[in-house]
Amino acid sequence: MSHTPFIWAAYSIGAVVLVWCAVAPLVKRKSLAKDIRRMIQIEERSIDSDS
Amino acid sequence: MNTTKTVKPRKNPVVMFIHKMGSPPWFYKFTGKFIPWFWLIFGVLTVWGLYLGLVKAPADYLQGESFRIMYLHVPAAWMSMLIYSMMAVMGFIALVWRIRIVEILAMASAPIGAAFTIVTLTAGSLWGRPTWGTYWVWDARLTSELVLLFLYLGVIGLYNSIDEPRKAARAACLLALVGAVNLPIIHYSVKWWNTLHQGSSISLTGGSSIDASMLWPLLIMAIATKFYYAANLLTRTRVSLLEQDIRKSWVREVLKEKS
Repeated sequence: MSHTPFIWAAYSIGAVVLVWCAVAPLVKRKSLAKDIRRMIQIEERSIDSDS
Repeated sequence: MNTTKTVKPRKNPVVMFIHKMGSPPWFYKFTGKFIPWFWLIFGVLTVWGLYLGLVKAPADYLQGESFRIMYLHVPAAWMSMLIYSMMAVMGFIALVWRIRIVEILAMASAPIGAAFTIVTLTAGSLWGRPTWGTYWVWDARLTSELVLLFLYLGVIGLYNSIDEPRKAARAACLLALVGAVNLPIIHYSVKWWNTLHQGSSISLTGGSSIDASMLWPLLIMAIATKFYYAANLLTRTRVSLLEQDIRKSWVREVLKEKS
Protein backbone atom coordinates (compact mmCIF):
# COMPACT_ATOMS: atom_id res chain seq x y z
CA MET A 1 0.00 0.00 0.00
CA SER A 2 1.45 3.38 -1.02
CA HIS A 3 1.55 5.82 1.89
CA THR A 4 1.76 8.95 -0.29
CA PRO A 5 -2.02 9.56 -0.68
CA PHE A 6 -2.47 9.35 3.11
CA ILE A 7 0.33 11.85 3.71
CA TRP A 8 -1.08 14.25 1.08
CA ALA A 9 -4.61 13.89 2.47
CA ALA A 10 -3.48 14.52 6.07
CA TYR A 11 -1.49 17.66 5.18
CA SER A 12 -4.19 18.98 2.81
CA ILE A 13 -6.95 18.64 5.41
CA GLY A 14 -4.64 20.14 8.05
CA ALA A 15 -3.82 23.12 5.81
CA VAL A 16 -7.50 23.75 4.96
CA VAL A 17 -8.60 23.62 8.62
CA LEU A 18 -5.76 25.83 9.90
CA VAL A 19 -6.03 28.37 7.05
CA TRP A 20 -9.81 28.60 7.55
CA CYS A 21 -9.29 29.07 11.31
CA ALA A 22 -6.82 31.90 10.62
CA VAL A 23 -8.86 33.64 7.89
CA ALA A 24 -12.29 33.48 9.60
CA PRO A 25 -11.56 36.29 12.15
CA LEU A 26 -10.11 38.51 9.38
CA VAL A 27 -13.29 38.14 7.32
CA LYS A 28 -15.36 38.93 10.41
CA ARG A 29 -13.21 41.99 11.16
CA LYS A 30 -13.69 43.30 7.61
CA SER A 31 -17.48 43.03 7.77
CA LEU A 32 -17.49 44.52 11.28
CA ALA A 33 -15.41 47.51 10.14
CA LYS A 34 -17.82 48.01 7.23
CA ASP A 35 -20.82 47.98 9.62
CA ILE A 36 -19.17 50.45 12.01
CA ARG A 37 -18.25 52.86 9.17
CA ARG A 38 -21.84 52.70 7.89
CA MET A 39 -23.09 53.44 11.42
CA ILE A 40 -20.77 56.46 11.68
CA GLN A 41 -21.98 57.78 8.29
CA ILE A 42 -25.65 57.45 9.32
CA GLU A 43 -24.95 59.25 12.61
CA GLU A 44 -23.04 62.05 10.84
CA ARG A 45 -25.88 62.49 8.31
CA SER A 46 -28.48 62.72 11.08
CA ILE A 47 -26.35 65.34 12.91
CA ASP A 48 -26.03 67.36 9.66
CA SER A 49 -29.77 67.21 8.98
CA ASP A 50 -30.54 68.28 12.59
CA SER A 51 -28.29 71.32 12.34
CA MET B 1 12.09 66.45 66.62
CA ASN B 2 10.33 63.75 64.70
CA THR B 3 9.93 64.29 60.98
CA THR B 4 7.62 62.06 59.03
CA LYS B 5 8.20 61.61 55.37
CA THR B 6 5.39 60.56 53.08
CA VAL B 7 6.77 58.09 50.59
CA LYS B 8 4.81 57.64 47.41
CA PRO B 9 4.23 53.89 46.90
CA ARG B 10 6.16 52.65 43.89
CA LYS B 11 4.12 50.73 41.41
CA ASN B 12 5.49 47.40 40.23
CA PRO B 13 6.04 47.56 36.42
CA VAL B 14 4.63 44.04 35.98
CA VAL B 15 1.47 44.99 37.86
CA MET B 16 1.24 48.20 35.82
CA PHE B 17 1.58 46.20 32.59
CA ILE B 18 -1.16 43.76 33.65
CA HIS B 19 -3.43 46.71 34.52
CA LYS B 20 -2.76 48.28 31.12
CA MET B 21 -3.52 45.00 29.34
CA GLY B 22 -6.96 45.07 30.95
CA SER B 23 -7.81 48.22 29.02
CA PRO B 24 -9.40 47.29 25.63
CA PRO B 25 -7.95 50.21 23.58
CA TRP B 26 -4.48 49.67 25.00
CA PHE B 27 -4.68 45.89 24.49
CA TYR B 28 -5.90 46.39 20.91
CA LYS B 29 -3.06 48.75 19.98
CA PHE B 30 -0.30 46.92 21.86
CA THR B 31 -1.05 43.41 20.58
CA GLY B 32 -1.55 44.62 17.00
CA LYS B 33 2.20 45.25 16.75
CA PHE B 34 3.08 41.62 17.47
CA ILE B 35 0.63 39.75 15.24
CA PRO B 36 2.51 40.18 11.89
CA TRP B 37 5.75 39.06 13.57
CA PHE B 38 4.09 35.99 15.06
CA TRP B 39 2.71 35.03 11.62
CA LEU B 40 6.13 35.55 10.06
CA ILE B 41 7.90 33.38 12.65
CA PHE B 42 5.19 30.73 12.26
CA GLY B 43 5.65 30.73 8.46
CA VAL B 44 9.44 30.50 8.59
CA LEU B 45 9.43 27.73 11.22
CA THR B 46 6.74 25.75 9.38
CA VAL B 47 8.63 25.85 6.07
CA TRP B 48 11.86 24.87 7.83
CA GLY B 49 10.25 22.12 9.94
CA LEU B 50 8.34 20.62 7.02
CA TYR B 51 11.43 20.70 4.80
CA LEU B 52 13.43 18.79 7.41
CA GLY B 53 10.56 16.42 8.19
CA LEU B 54 9.20 15.70 4.73
CA VAL B 55 12.36 15.97 2.62
CA LYS B 56 15.48 15.48 4.75
CA ALA B 57 14.42 12.96 7.43
CA PRO B 58 14.81 9.29 6.44
CA ALA B 59 11.80 6.96 6.24
CA ASP B 60 11.02 5.02 9.42
CA TYR B 61 12.28 1.42 9.38
CA LEU B 62 8.92 0.08 10.65
CA GLN B 63 6.26 2.57 9.51
CA GLY B 64 7.87 3.59 6.22
CA GLU B 65 6.85 6.96 4.78
CA SER B 66 3.58 7.24 6.74
CA PHE B 67 5.52 8.33 9.84
CA ARG B 68 5.83 11.78 8.17
CA ILE B 69 2.20 12.46 9.18
CA MET B 70 3.66 12.72 12.71
CA TYR B 71 4.98 16.23 11.91
CA LEU B 72 1.39 17.42 11.70
CA HIS B 73 -0.38 15.00 14.03
CA VAL B 74 1.87 15.27 17.10
CA PRO B 75 2.24 19.10 17.27
CA ALA B 76 -1.52 19.42 16.64
CA ALA B 77 -2.25 16.93 19.45
CA TRP B 78 0.04 18.80 21.85
CA MET B 79 -1.65 22.08 20.90
CA SER B 80 -5.15 20.63 21.36
CA MET B 81 -4.26 19.84 24.99
CA LEU B 82 -2.18 22.96 25.66
CA ILE B 83 -4.92 25.28 24.36
CA TYR B 84 -7.53 23.52 26.48
CA SER B 85 -5.26 23.92 29.56
CA MET B 86 -4.82 27.61 28.75
CA MET B 87 -8.57 28.01 28.26
CA ALA B 88 -9.28 26.32 31.62
CA VAL B 89 -6.70 28.50 33.45
CA MET B 90 -8.07 31.65 31.80
CA GLY B 91 -11.59 30.43 32.59
CA PHE B 92 -10.63 30.13 36.27
CA ILE B 93 -9.11 33.64 36.28
CA ALA B 94 -12.17 35.02 34.50
CA LEU B 95 -14.55 33.41 37.00
CA VAL B 96 -12.61 34.49 40.10
CA TRP B 97 -11.40 37.98 39.12
CA ARG B 98 -13.98 38.80 36.42
CA ILE B 99 -11.46 40.29 33.99
CA ARG B 100 -13.19 40.92 30.66
CA ILE B 101 -10.08 40.58 28.45
CA VAL B 102 -9.32 37.19 30.02
CA GLU B 103 -12.92 36.05 29.37
CA ILE B 104 -12.51 37.04 25.71
CA LEU B 105 -9.09 35.37 25.46
CA ALA B 106 -10.52 32.13 26.89
CA MET B 107 -13.42 32.17 24.44
CA ALA B 108 -11.15 33.05 21.49
CA SER B 109 -9.01 29.99 22.33
CA ALA B 110 -11.88 27.53 21.85
CA PRO B 111 -12.17 27.60 18.00
CA ILE B 112 -8.37 27.38 17.63
CA GLY B 113 -8.25 24.42 20.00
CA ALA B 114 -11.14 22.77 18.14
CA ALA B 115 -9.29 23.24 14.82
CA PHE B 116 -6.14 21.59 16.21
CA THR B 117 -8.23 18.71 17.62
CA ILE B 118 -9.86 18.15 14.20
CA VAL B 119 -6.38 18.13 12.61
CA THR B 120 -5.14 15.68 15.27
CA LEU B 121 -8.04 13.28 14.71
CA THR B 122 -7.99 13.38 10.89
CA ALA B 123 -4.19 13.15 10.58
CA GLY B 124 -4.13 10.34 13.17
CA SER B 125 -6.88 8.52 11.34
CA LEU B 126 -5.04 8.83 8.01
CA TRP B 127 -1.88 7.53 9.69
CA GLY B 128 -3.82 4.65 11.28
CA ARG B 129 -5.11 3.22 7.98
CA PRO B 130 -1.71 2.21 6.51
CA THR B 131 -0.17 1.47 9.95
CA TRP B 132 -2.95 -0.28 11.91
CA GLY B 133 -5.13 -1.26 8.97
CA THR B 134 -8.06 0.85 10.18
CA TYR B 135 -9.06 4.54 10.27
CA TRP B 136 -10.61 4.35 13.71
CA VAL B 137 -10.72 2.20 16.85
CA TRP B 138 -12.52 3.01 20.10
CA ASP B 139 -9.21 3.07 21.90
CA ALA B 140 -8.82 5.13 25.12
CA ARG B 141 -6.47 7.73 23.56
CA LEU B 142 -8.57 8.24 20.42
CA THR B 143 -11.87 8.32 22.33
CA SER B 144 -10.62 10.80 24.95
CA GLU B 145 -9.29 13.06 22.15
CA LEU B 146 -12.73 12.88 20.49
CA VAL B 147 -14.28 13.85 23.85
CA LEU B 148 -11.91 16.86 23.85
CA LEU B 149 -13.34 17.94 20.48
CA PHE B 150 -16.88 17.66 21.90
CA LEU B 151 -15.82 19.74 24.92
CA TYR B 152 -14.47 22.46 22.61
CA LEU B 153 -17.69 22.38 20.57
CA GLY B 154 -19.70 22.51 23.81
CA VAL B 155 -17.81 25.62 24.99
CA ILE B 156 -18.29 27.33 21.58
CA GLY B 157 -21.97 26.36 21.47
CA LEU B 158 -22.70 27.50 25.02
CA TYR B 159 -20.92 30.83 24.46
CA ASN B 160 -22.93 31.51 21.30
CA SER B 161 -26.25 30.44 22.82
CA ILE B 162 -26.40 33.27 25.41
CA ASP B 163 -26.95 36.83 24.13
CA GLU B 164 -25.17 38.76 26.87
CA PRO B 165 -21.43 38.19 26.12
CA ARG B 166 -20.14 38.40 29.69
CA LYS B 167 -22.78 36.05 31.06
CA ALA B 168 -22.12 33.71 28.10
CA ALA B 169 -18.36 33.77 28.72
CA ARG B 170 -18.78 32.96 32.41
CA ALA B 171 -21.04 29.97 31.67
CA ALA B 172 -18.64 28.69 28.98
CA CYS B 173 -15.60 29.25 31.27
CA LEU B 174 -17.26 27.06 33.90
CA LEU B 175 -17.78 24.29 31.32
CA ALA B 176 -14.15 24.66 30.19
CA LEU B 177 -13.00 24.32 33.79
CA VAL B 178 -15.08 21.19 34.41
CA GLY B 179 -13.90 19.65 31.11
CA ALA B 180 -10.25 20.00 32.17
CA VAL B 181 -10.67 16.65 33.94
CA ASN B 182 -10.33 15.08 30.46
CA LEU B 183 -6.72 16.34 30.04
CA PRO B 184 -4.99 13.88 32.41
CA ILE B 185 -7.21 11.12 30.96
CA ILE B 186 -5.88 11.88 27.44
CA HIS B 187 -2.28 12.11 28.66
CA TYR B 188 -2.24 8.96 30.78
CA SER B 189 -4.66 6.90 28.66
CA VAL B 190 -1.77 5.01 27.03
CA LYS B 191 -0.46 4.07 30.50
CA TRP B 192 -3.74 3.42 32.31
CA TRP B 193 -5.28 1.23 29.61
CA ASN B 194 -3.98 -1.30 27.11
CA THR B 195 -4.34 0.82 23.98
CA LEU B 196 -3.55 0.38 20.30
CA HIS B 197 -2.15 3.92 20.30
CA GLN B 198 1.57 3.90 21.02
CA GLY B 199 3.06 5.44 24.17
CA SER B 200 5.19 8.60 24.22
CA SER B 201 8.40 8.52 22.15
CA ILE B 202 9.55 11.86 23.55
CA SER B 203 10.18 12.64 27.18
CA LEU B 204 11.25 15.88 28.81
CA THR B 205 12.87 14.10 31.76
CA GLY B 206 14.13 10.83 30.28
CA GLY B 207 15.65 10.07 26.89
CA SER B 208 13.65 10.09 23.66
CA SER B 209 13.38 6.92 21.63
CA ILE B 210 13.29 8.90 18.38
CA ASP B 211 16.38 9.68 16.28
CA ALA B 212 17.66 13.29 16.26
CA SER B 213 17.12 13.61 12.47
CA MET B 214 13.42 12.92 13.07
CA LEU B 215 13.15 14.71 16.42
CA TRP B 216 14.35 18.19 15.36
CA PRO B 217 11.68 18.78 12.68
CA LEU B 218 9.07 17.71 15.24
CA LEU B 219 10.33 20.21 17.82
CA ILE B 220 10.47 22.99 15.19
CA MET B 221 6.87 22.25 14.19
CA ALA B 222 5.87 22.20 17.86
CA ILE B 223 7.32 25.72 18.31
CA ALA B 224 5.73 26.91 15.02
CA THR B 225 2.25 25.90 16.21
CA LYS B 226 2.73 28.00 19.38
CA PHE B 227 3.23 31.08 17.19
CA TYR B 228 0.15 30.12 15.13
CA TYR B 229 -1.87 30.01 18.35
CA ALA B 230 -0.49 33.33 19.61
CA ALA B 231 -1.17 35.15 16.31
CA ASN B 232 -4.63 33.64 15.85
CA LEU B 233 -5.62 34.18 19.50
CA LEU B 234 -4.66 37.85 19.46
CA THR B 235 -6.44 38.39 16.11
CA ARG B 236 -9.64 36.77 17.39
CA THR B 237 -9.50 38.65 20.71
CA ARG B 238 -9.10 42.00 18.91
CA VAL B 239 -12.09 41.23 16.65
CA SER B 240 -14.20 40.25 19.69
CA LEU B 241 -13.22 43.52 21.40
CA LEU B 242 -14.34 45.51 18.34
CA GLU B 243 -17.60 43.55 18.22
CA GLN B 244 -18.39 44.00 21.94
CA ASP B 245 -17.35 47.67 22.08
CA ILE B 246 -18.95 48.60 18.74
CA ARG B 247 -20.62 51.71 20.25
CA LYS B 248 -17.58 52.95 22.17
CA SER B 249 -15.49 55.87 20.97
CA TRP B 250 -12.15 54.00 20.96
CA VAL B 251 -13.43 51.60 18.29
CA ARG B 252 -14.31 54.53 16.01
CA GLU B 253 -10.94 56.15 16.64
CA VAL B 254 -9.15 52.91 15.76
CA LEU B 255 -11.10 52.57 12.51
CA LYS B 256 -10.51 56.23 11.62
CA GLU B 257 -6.76 55.69 12.11
CA LYS B 258 -6.88 52.68 9.79
CA SER B 259 -8.81 54.36 6.99
